Amino acid sequence: MPNLALKKVPMPEQEPDVRNTNFREVALGYTEAMAVEEARRCLNCRNKPCVGGCPVNVRIPEFIERVAAGDFAGAYEIITSTNNLPAICGRVCPQENQCEKFCVRGVKGEPVAIGRLERFVADWTMENEPVPPIKVDKKNRKVAVVGSGPAGLTCAGDLAKQGYDVTVFEAFHIPGGVLVYGIPEFRLPKAIVRKEIDALRACGVEIKTNMVIGKVLSLADLADEGFEAIFIGSGAGLPSFLKIPGENLNGVYSANEFLTRINLMKAYLFPNCDTPVRVGRRVAVIGGGNVAMDAARSAKRLGAEEVYIVYRRSETEMPARLEEVHHAKQEGIIFRLLTDPIQIHGTESGWVRALECNEMELGDPDAGGRRRPIVKPGSQFLLDVETVIIAIGNTPNPLLKNTTPGLETQKWGGIAVEEETMKTSLEGVYAGGDAVTGAATVIQAMGAGRKAAQAIDDYLSGRRQDPENPACVVGSEVVEM
Amino acid sequence: MYKIIKREELNPSVIRMDIAAPAIARKAEPGQFIILRVCEEGERIPLTIADFDREAGTVTIIFQIVGKTTHMLGQLNEGDDLLDFVGPLGMASRYDQPQKAVVIGGGLGSAIAYPQAKKLHQMGVEVDIIAGFRNRELIILEEEMRKVSTRLFLTTDDGSNGVKGFVTDILQKQLEQGVKYDLAVAIGPLIMMKMVSNLTRPYGIKTIVSMNPVMIDGTGMCGGCRLTVGGETKFACVDGPDFDGHLVDFDEAMRRQQMYKAEEKQTLEAHICRLSGKENADA
Repeated sequence: MPNLALKKVPMPEQEPDVRNTNFREVALGYTEAMAVEEARRCLNCRNKPCVGGCPVNVRIPEFIERVAAGDFAGAYEIITSTNNLPAICGRVCPQENQCEKFCVRGVKGEPVAIGRLERFVADWTMENEPVPPIKVDKKNRKVAVVGSGPAGLTCAGDLAKQGYDVTVFEAFHIPGGVLVYGIPEFRLPKAIVRKEIDALRACGVEIKTNMVIGKVLSLADLADEGFEAIFIGSGAGLPSFLKIPGENLNGVYSANEFLTRINLMKAYLFPNCDTPVRVGRRVAVIGGGNVAMDAARSAKRLGAEEVYIVYRRSETEMPARLEEVHHAKQEGIIFRLLTDPIQIHGTESGWVRALECNEMELGDPDAGGRRRPIVKPGSQFLLDVETVIIAIGNTPNPLLKNTTPGLETQKWGGIAVEEETMKTSLEGVYAGGDAVTGAATVIQAMGAGRKAAQAIDDYLSGRRQDPENPACVVGSEVVEM
Repeated sequence: MYKIIKREELNPSVIRMDIAAPAIARKAEPGQFIILRVCEEGERIPLTIADFDREAGTVTIIFQIVGKTTHMLGQLNEGDDLLDFVGPLGMASRYDQPQKAVVIGGGLGSAIAYPQAKKLHQMGVEVDIIAGFRNRELIILEEEMRKVSTRLFLTTDDGSNGVKGFVTDILQKQLEQGVKYDLAVAIGPLIMMKMVSNLTRPYGIKTIVSMNPVMIDGTGMCGGCRLTVGGETKFACVDGPDFDGHLVDFDEAMRRQQMYKAEEKQTLEAHICRLSGKENADA
């Protein structure tokens, strides 16, 4: 008999007033008993609509059925047959827009807490039954992956499990991409990321850090070194600025810089770590996405008394996850909505003093369907702050494009790919994640990495056939003979 | 890990090191830089590539001991390893074929200016070098600079060697005497690069400066190294580090350089304190 409770088993969390002073994880995770109880809410329905909502098609009802039976290791095996990073996905996926959105239980009441269960299974396995390395038959064929974020790691893991020799090239000194430099410790502990990456290494994935592909090696160099296929998962690139006066004053950060200092370089431990970050008594974060929430909550934890989210539309239009907005509000972040920054004012010595803004009101919907903000005449005002963090997105990094002749990009700079295979304009070169789509979610990047891994396997399997004898080529109509 | 193959003190606070980094050495060009890290809790610091040897697989860096990281770096010996060493980053210097160039180095900047002078000299350009130091003990690379220049002018702030005064005094004199340069390359403190750019502007001499702002990733991702060039925001790490000195907003760059002065002082003092504490304990 399933558990017919209309609500999810609540997630234990640090109290808001406690957690906004530390960088430890906010959500504490289910106990075994909680997990079993929640798993029993799943009806194991025949259509499995949840699976279709997952970009990597985790076999959700199957793994939940194992949890309900108390077989957590079995559940882990089912999840990792399609998802290389379950402890990460369980924490940062926007499940409300994916698997849980389609859950039948959600029609009347809350959907099954698929994300929390996934997290529980991954954490339980790491804690209790470290996974033995999977034995695969080596193909002795090399594939290169550029970037060790969610797209690259997923692609690498899938290919390694199929027997390819995969080398991942990472520009930073630690692998993980946005998982380590972008998403804060209190949402995704770095020890978890490290363990997930260690699990991939155990599958045979080799990771080379401090390698900026396009600078130290070109894609052509990689091909010369015997890599038969390349996946580019180099992520989103250069931070966008508002192009308003005062953006180069001291105390103005891009969210990328602010978060990288804190997450990758551990500035929250300064002076025990050498990289500093400056946070004033009052901080304005400009933008309404998840990155803006991360920056605001980090600033609060670093001791800022007043932290503002400054967003030019209303809360309805905010791109951030509901849960993130909710957490931010709980922690005392002040939302200045319908507020559009027009200038940053500085002190005589060049430090931020105030953010000048217009008040806005919503007009008719724009082309994207969101109501367009319009300036309220004569509404200018000054918001006194010492730090301004700009979290309005990124533009693609041109580094690979500039050093790779023939690599075609879209008008706005993202790498152009065939949607079905993630194949670029270059033979044997695939791409996915933010480098292709611009800023998106971790799981979307993982979905792209997965699709590309499949296409790379198809491509290399096909290429193994005798090129002189096209009848052997798998997938072409002549196979019928 | 990246092994220190050779270590040499050029003066009491300036050290040259050859680092084993074959992949970087294969691709490095003058004007580019690397980013390094010395220890697990350490910061990432950018240093301009002073030289490279493609066959030996080494990249040469020259640094001045100013903060905690350079202090720790300076304490490493031949055979020790650097934790992280990434590059080559930034754009290589590009010169059209000038006739006569003046290369100006200030202090440690001379170490970075030297490979530029060498490159121009190898291109067949007539090169004058003006190199300035605070006093004679601090003079570095004198012989090397002499070899790649037609004329080498040395200045010291206190007159203990060469001409007493600043590099700009020499440059101004040359320009006033009618020496025709069609390229100036200035590398050194921001204030020096600003003064040089102001001097060459009325003569219309193309002036290249090398900017070295605060930086984290060095690949364009953080934007911490942004500066205003010709009214536009540029990232030193991917658009530079070389820029047209007549277009750079030096006042803004100097202000931004002050951003973490207090924190830099704090970590350095704590570091020295720990070191001396340890030395006392050992004694």
